[in-house]
Amino acid sequence: MLELIKSKHTISFMKYSKPATWLSMLLLVISLGSLSINWLNWGLDFTGGTLIEVGFEQPANLTEVRETLTAANFSDAVVQHFGTSHEVMVRLAPREGVKGQVIGNQILDALTAADFGNVDMRRIEFVGPNVGAELAENGGIAIIIALICIMLYVSMRFEWRLATGSVLALAHDIIITLGVFSLFQIEFDLTVLAALLAVVGYSLNDTIVVFDRIRENFRSMPNLTPEEIVDKSLTQTLSRTIITSGTTIFVLVSLFVVGGELIHGFATALLIGIFVGTYSSIYVASALAIRLGVEREHMIPEVIEKEGADQDPLM
Amino acid sequence: MLNKYPLWKYLLLGFIVLFTLVYAAPNLYGEDPAVQVSATRGATVELSTLDKVQDILKQANISPKSTVLENGQILVRLSSSEEQLIARETISAQIGDGFVTALNLAAATPAWLEAIGGSPLKLGLDLRGGVHFLMEVDMEEAISKEQEQMVQDLRADLREQKIRYRGIEKASTETGVILRFTSQEILDSAVDYLKPINPGFTFDEKETSGSFYLTISMTAEKLKTAKEDALQQNLSILRNRVNELGVAEPLVQRQGTDRIVVELPGIQDTARAKEILGATATLEFHAVDSDTDVSDALAGRVPASSALYKERDGQPVVVKKKIILTGNHIVDAQSSADEYGRAQVNISLDSQGGSKMSRFTKNNIGKPMATLFIEYLPTGKKKANGKSETEKRIEVANVATIQAQLGRSFRITGLDNTAEAHNLALLLRAGALTAPIQIVEERTIGPSLGQQNIDNGIKAMVYGLLAVVLFMFVYYRKFGVVANTALLFNIVMIVGLMSLIPGATLTLPGIAGIVLTIGMAVDANVLIFERIREELNAGKSIQRSINEGYSNALSTIADANITTFITAVILFAVGTGPIKGFAVTLALGILTSMFTSIFGTRAIVNALWGGRNDIKKLSI
Repeated sequence: MLELIKSKHTISFMKYSKPATWLSMLLLVISLGSLSINWLNWGLDFTGGTLIEVGFEQPANLTEVRETLTAANFSDAVVQHFGTSHEVMVRLAPREGVKGQVIGNQILDALTAADFGNVDMRRIEFVGPNVGAELAENGGIAIIIALICIMLYVSMRFEWRLATGSVLALAHDIIITLGVFSLFQIEFDLTVLAALLAVVGYSLNDTIVVFDRIRENFRSMPNLTPEEIVDKSLTQTLSRTIITSGTTIFVLVSLFVVGGELIHGFATALLIGIFVGTYSSIYVASALAIRLGVEREHMIPEVIEKEGADQDPLM
Repeated sequence: MLNKYPLWKYLLLGFIVLFTLVYAAPNLYGEDPAVQVSATRGATVELSTLDKVQDILKQANISPKSTVLENGQILVRLSSSEEQLIARETISAQIGDGFVTALNLAAATPAWLEAIGGSPLKLGLDLRGGVHFLMEVDMEEAISKEQEQMVQDLRADLREQKIRYRGIEKASTETGVILRFTSQEILDSAVDYLKPINPGFTFDEKETSGSFYLTISMTAEKLKTAKEDALQQNLSILRNRVNELGVAEPLVQRQGTDRIVVELPGIQDTARAKEILGATATLEFHAVDSDTDVSDALAGRVPASSALYKERDGQPVVVKKKIILTGNHIVDAQSSADEYGRAQVNISLDSQGGSKMSRFTKNNIGKPMATLFIEYLPTGKKKANGKSETEKRIEVANVATIQAQLGRSFRITGLDNTAEAHNLALLLRAGALTAPIQIVEERTIGPSLGQQNIDNGIKAMVYGLLAVVLFMFVYYRKFGVVANTALLFNIVMIVGLMSLIPGATLTLPGIAGIVLTIGMAVDANVLIFERIREELNAGKSIQRSINEGYSNALSTIADANITTFITAVILFAVGTGPIKGFAVTLALGILTSMFTSIFGTRAIVNALWGGRNDIKKLSI
């Protein structure tokens, strides 16, 4: 039998909970700091504007492309390679008084007219400024609704201390993932937003597996302290945590490497989120639950008192 | 006995496996390049059209795989995309007016699969290439025009009644107008006259420093219908124009209260598409030239003062060139039924239009009048000054006989049916297009990028799958093989169900969702297998370990999956387009993986190891 975790002893995770808390704090401060200074490198989906991606037969010379576009009155265009040297992406901010939807075709015409050989239109995107703002707003609302629904579900299934621990761990994961995007100025588009919600789902998945075990152990091992219970539960679930994170990371690396440019941000967000999420279900969710004073008594199913049970039935 | 499933569970599992396999099967057959011929105005696709298409192809030495007439369209399947292009050019050059040809990819699903409702996955625009437009109706402009109309009408009404007002202007609230009077008496008389003839409006009076103000505003309901009308009008015009483009499987759909989504799969020339969708339309009323014989006109003998136009069904009409009235004067047009249940269209004109109409009809009672619908459609060519050339397309929307002197409101009767009345009303309202639309979002994916997206997605899926399968085998041995079987079947199930659910489209983020599912789907099996190992280590018997491994892991698996499912549902609710696609595959993947990794693997495990006492050691 192949085993990742050979140890028959309980690993004392909680011994390191102090330094872990400091690490989390540090990461959160860096993330929030970067977010407040740099905010995010919002993609076209949120800023509005025009984007056009073209493919050239030969590797494209960006300086020449820029010159062509400047000559066509698009001096403010951001020109860069996209994926390979044959593909070029041109991006323009929304313009006052100009219909954004015609800009894409004008740029395409300008490039086709210039001496670049065959120009293949790969992608044109135009997003009006209002639409962008709306998408950002809807996205923010989606994350908040997701957190609330999850908190409701977890507090219904578990106990409020565990629920609070898991939701704070989620917030921790999202902030740090956003922090990485902000720090390295990775473009934040709609697919990244979707990935962020998937991170919420995944990270919680991990936390719940641990919490389930904590609850079970509280009930079956009455003599252990809460710290010991948490350590034991984390050790028991550790190989599962590593394997599942591992297989998920396999597929995400595969997406990152061969999935193409359009899905890069998505894979990046999930990869970060899964690292942080795995760590946070150990050191944020569980440690917080202990800090909030989770006890054996909280895990024993209550005898539910039926309302009016002490009164005589009417009929 | 422990770990034995009854026969019915195997039968059920077998049935579900077979069912999803069958519905996933159409994806294996690929697609044929095809040319689609459909009718636009007047013409209908008939068997004779089919013969004609076959003749055209025969003369051009093209032998199609098949030509069929289906749902009022002809579908010609060809063996290569080069042949497809030639076939399209030849057909569209020779088929004549009234037909449009479009390039399409037709699923090569075998007939027996098609007969039971099998079809391949529907691909999103980011995978098949095409244009997605989000258009917004300018409601402010629509309401502002409505206000201007009110100002004009009230002015005319009050003058006619000799009620003296001091001022009239648009209200800043944007839903009404303000009238100013010098005395309460005059204001009262204005209210007495205006209130009964203006239902759907509220009247507010106010007095400041000797002036008496009357604010007439639209009720919330009236405002809502005005906006709804503006949207519906644009929706129907866009539908007609999209048909003109000759795109296979276009989509025109409203989104919310003031937006319209237009999706044109496979279109290459987006500039032209934008021009056509944004073309302007007007309406004109003309007298019919009854002195000129239609057959003479058809032979080319049309008087200089007249012109020959055609009705939608191809019927020629000779019309005098002089315009009685343009569509700008039309305030509203509604289809309804008269007291005998016959279809009619009620038209309201503004005051200026009313007097023009009144003057003309007074001297022309008993004569026919034609309504022309004029669209300025771009030809796709550029003029010398760089602007695009437009072509004026004129169609006779209706010919009606003038029964009496007409005023501001009149009706057109003698229509064949309610559908015709409805269409005419739409056209008439379109002539007075009150609300301009603009493109607020465009996403165009070229065909090469679409194909590359598919290739990348499949590659990522295959590599990810290989890594996971290999790992599971190395780590869990025979149990790993069981989990891998479940995983493979899980993918088949997702594909089968996605193909089966109408409206579910596969997008690039959707593929990412499937890839992610592959990574996460084994989680349930990892939980179960780790649990079984624990039970074995605790010294329990093999059969009990398997049983308790499954049952103890169950609630954990359910809890963990429900939360991910919640996020998927939220993503679906707030997401748009491709993101919705991700939510769909993620949610489906959770459901199918729960099924395959719990029920599916248990069935296999039970069949292989269940109830056997001769096993010394589990290969886990």
